[in-house]
Amino acid sequence: MATKKEPIWIARDFSKCSGCRKCEIACSLWHENRIWPEASRIRVFMLVPGVEFPHFCAQCEDYPCVKACPANALSVSDETGAVLVDENACIACGQCIDACPGRIPHMHPTENHILICDLCNGDPQCVKVCQEGSWNVLRVVPRKDYSYGLYARKPEEITRDLVVKIYGEKGEEFL
Amino acid sequence: MIKGYAGKFLEIDLSSGKISETKFSDEILKDYVGGRGLATKILWDRLGSKWEQTDPLAPENLLLFLTGPLTGFFPGGRTCVSGKSPQSNGVVGSTVAGEFGVELKCAGYDGIIVAGEAEKPVYIFVKDSDVEIRDAARIWGKDAKQTVAVLTKECRELLHERFPQKGEWKEPAILYIGPAGENKVRTAVVAAKWTHAAGYGGYGAVMGSKKLKAVVVKGSGPLPEVADMEKVKQLIHTVCEEVYESELWRRWGTGSAGYSVGAKTSSEPVRNWQEEWHDEKSFGVDQFENRVWVKQYWGDFGCPTTCLKVAVVKKGKFKGAITDNPDYELQAYLGTNLGVFTPEENVFLACLIDDLGLCGIQTGNVMGFAAELFQRGILTKEDLDGLELKWGDVEAFAALAKKIAFREGVGDLLAEGTYRAALKIGEKKKRDVLQYAVQSKGIGIGAHGIRSRKDYPEIYSYACSVQGGDHTSTACLPLDDFRSELVMIFNDSAVYCYFNIFGVPRQVKFDFYKAVTGIELTQEDWVNNKAMKILQLQRIMLLLGGPDFKWNPKVHDDNPPRFYEPLPSGPYKGKSVEKAEVRKEVMRYYEAVGWDENGIPKPETLKRLGLEYAEKALDRLH
Ligand code: SF4
Ligand code: SF4
Ligand code: SF4
Repeated sequence: MATKKEPIWIARDFSKCSGCRKCEIACSLWHENRIWPEASRIRVFMLVPGVEFPHFCAQCEDYPCVKACPANALSVSDETGAVLVDENACIACGQCIDACPGRIPHMHPTENHILICDLCNGDPQCVKVCQEGSWNVLRVVPRKDYSYGLYARKPEEITRDLVVKIYGEKGEEFL
Repeated sequence: MIKGYAGKFLEIDLSSGKISETKFSDEILKDYVGGRGLATKILWDRLGSKWEQTDPLAPENLLLFLTGPLTGFFPGGRTCVSGKSPQSNGVVGSTVAGEFGVELKCAGYDGIIVAGEAEKPVYIFVKDSDVEIRDAARIWGKDAKQTVAVLTKECRELLHERFPQKGEWKEPAILYIGPAGENKVRTAVVAAKWTHAAGYGGYGAVMGSKKLKAVVVKGSGPLPEVADMEKVKQLIHTVCEEVYESELWRRWGTGSAGYSVGAKTSSEPVRNWQEEWHDEKSFGVDQFENRVWVKQYWGDFGCPTTCLKVAVVKKGKFKGAITDNPDYELQAYLGTNLGVFTPEENVFLACLIDDLGLCGIQTGNVMGFAAELFQRGILTKEDLDGLELKWGDVEAFAALAKKIAFREGVGDLLAEGTYRAALKIGEKKKRDVLQYAVQSKGIGIGAHGIRSRKDYPEIYSYACSVQGGDHTSTACLPLDDFRSELVMIFNDSAVYCYFNIFGVPRQVKFDFYKAVTGIELTQEDWVNNKAMKILQLQRIMLLLGGPDFKWNPKVHDDNPPRFYEPLPSGPYKGKSVEKAEVRKEVMRYYEAVGWDENGIPKPETLKRLGLEYAEKALDRLH
């Protein structure tokens, strides 16, 4: 087998997101072999037009979702640092959603298990397409002891910040 | 069942509230594909026998929201909106970018056919197979941004209530109308995402006539199965690789044209096309980029180009105005055509037009027309409810746009669009003002002139198009030229954004079609047979027209009179087109598409195409 992978993190630069949703397409093609936005582990929210951003696991330092799972369906990959879902063990109770500060995990639309970014086993597909198009919203960086968990925020919270950054104070009117 | 399709269509009758599903045979889908092509077939089958009597703004008209087999797969998602057009009285396949078509297919539907008229304002909410007609009292009268905000919130709340196990729901996709559509303004759009619009055709007015404020869709399934997924993936890559190479539209969108189409090709409408040249560097794309763009790349589902740029005015009188780029068409029609040459003023007007749910092209066209009549003293300050419509006075134009959207005073007249307004003003003033109306078949001409002959349309492009002045559907010879209407019908029928085919070998879109549907298609077969069929049906319905008037090819297969005046300024000063030459080209085009010398499809043309069923209608054309 290949040498041990370095744990990684996907750095994210929300305000540059074009809303092209190529990350959703790439993620769902990789995991489902279908174009399936609602089954993508990364989802582009657009609660306000022009204020799109990708919403996906931040790989928190303390992984509250993993701790909250009553079925031991979630684990942390020591290779990549990703949260791994044991699809058979998952009972679709949704407790990880409530435990996640960003309510990032979401249920598979047709299967009975949760969806969380698995970092594509160390080769993130979403990053590739975002880089190919030179939007550079997503970038792979080595995982360090930084406060990644800060990025686990709810779509509304992220929108609230971005809408003002992009549109100025008038932005708040659109929420 | 053909791959790439969800396999069923929603039928919603707003008069009775009945919701049902319908299917089209594989034969029909093979021949008419989807979007514009399928719209043409549906409208023919259901309204063709009473076309002349069908008022586009009456409950009898149908409003179609159609995807195509390539929607969601080919980079750049779109939806086609159609029906009998209140602008041309024919059929226009009008597409709007965004995720609506993708959501719809993921919900299990290839399209929605809306009939009838609701008693009170409603919106349609589709969540997979759950479809309901909901009260829209709360949003009737609201502008674009408020409508989107309220519906996004309301429908996400519904999703969270009904399907709490999902976790966080993403917003559904929304198509909506603004006040202009509600007031049945013929230059009203069906819009998405604040700034995206299906403009040509005037379907916002049709939606308003049905009291349908919006259609909201959330689909949780995958896009339909395709014939060859590996090939689809590979082709997505091929298309994107080509597009990433093209700097023009990625970097500036069409926004560099506001300066260059005037300064260089001299084919931009300036002051209602009295000129087509300007050298206003204040309108340079660098000024837009440095002063108002806050996001360099903005796009829709799967799009590699992301040609839109989010623009915000940061200071001064128009602070807080938001729109995209503006793109070239709106730079021209809400800029140069009105004598406006600064980014901030242009963004302000585009923002207002978006908010009101008006079409920037058609409304800019009719406002330019009104301003020229004011310049010539034909329309007075009194006629204009006290407005002095001086070139470059953005506030006067803003006031007029509001009047149009709400059909107030003179706005009620201009809300009929340039052609109809010209007829009415001509009658009232007892003089011909049609000479100042820059339109074809009731549709204001897109912002690409023909006099300098340096732009892409041919001198007969607008005269012969089955979509009139639509600059995205230009008649052109040879029929397989990339600028030909027949070629463009493919984009509108397979339904994707045609900005992503530039630079891409033309075979790629047919390879894509095959990879998705499994059906072999060649350019030749498309142009000579399939697109040709769609074109003939569109032509027949355009000529049947009614109920308010009927086009006469001898008179109306022509350019607006303005294009026969010599260009008064610029590098191509003195150039114009010759009527005799245009007539000759029109005849050449008739011949190529199988129309007789009166512009009417020949019976043998219809026979060759298997359109015998349309032959009877020819009697109604003579
Ligand atoms: S690929 Fe990048 S730019 Fe496109 S939607 Fe995803 S994060 Fe945004
Ligand atoms: S972001 Fe949410 S899903 Fe990811 S590790 Fe943190 S708690 Fe778990
Ligand atoms: S890294 Fe892989 S699993 Fe995670 S969001 Fe990106 S594509 Fe999806």
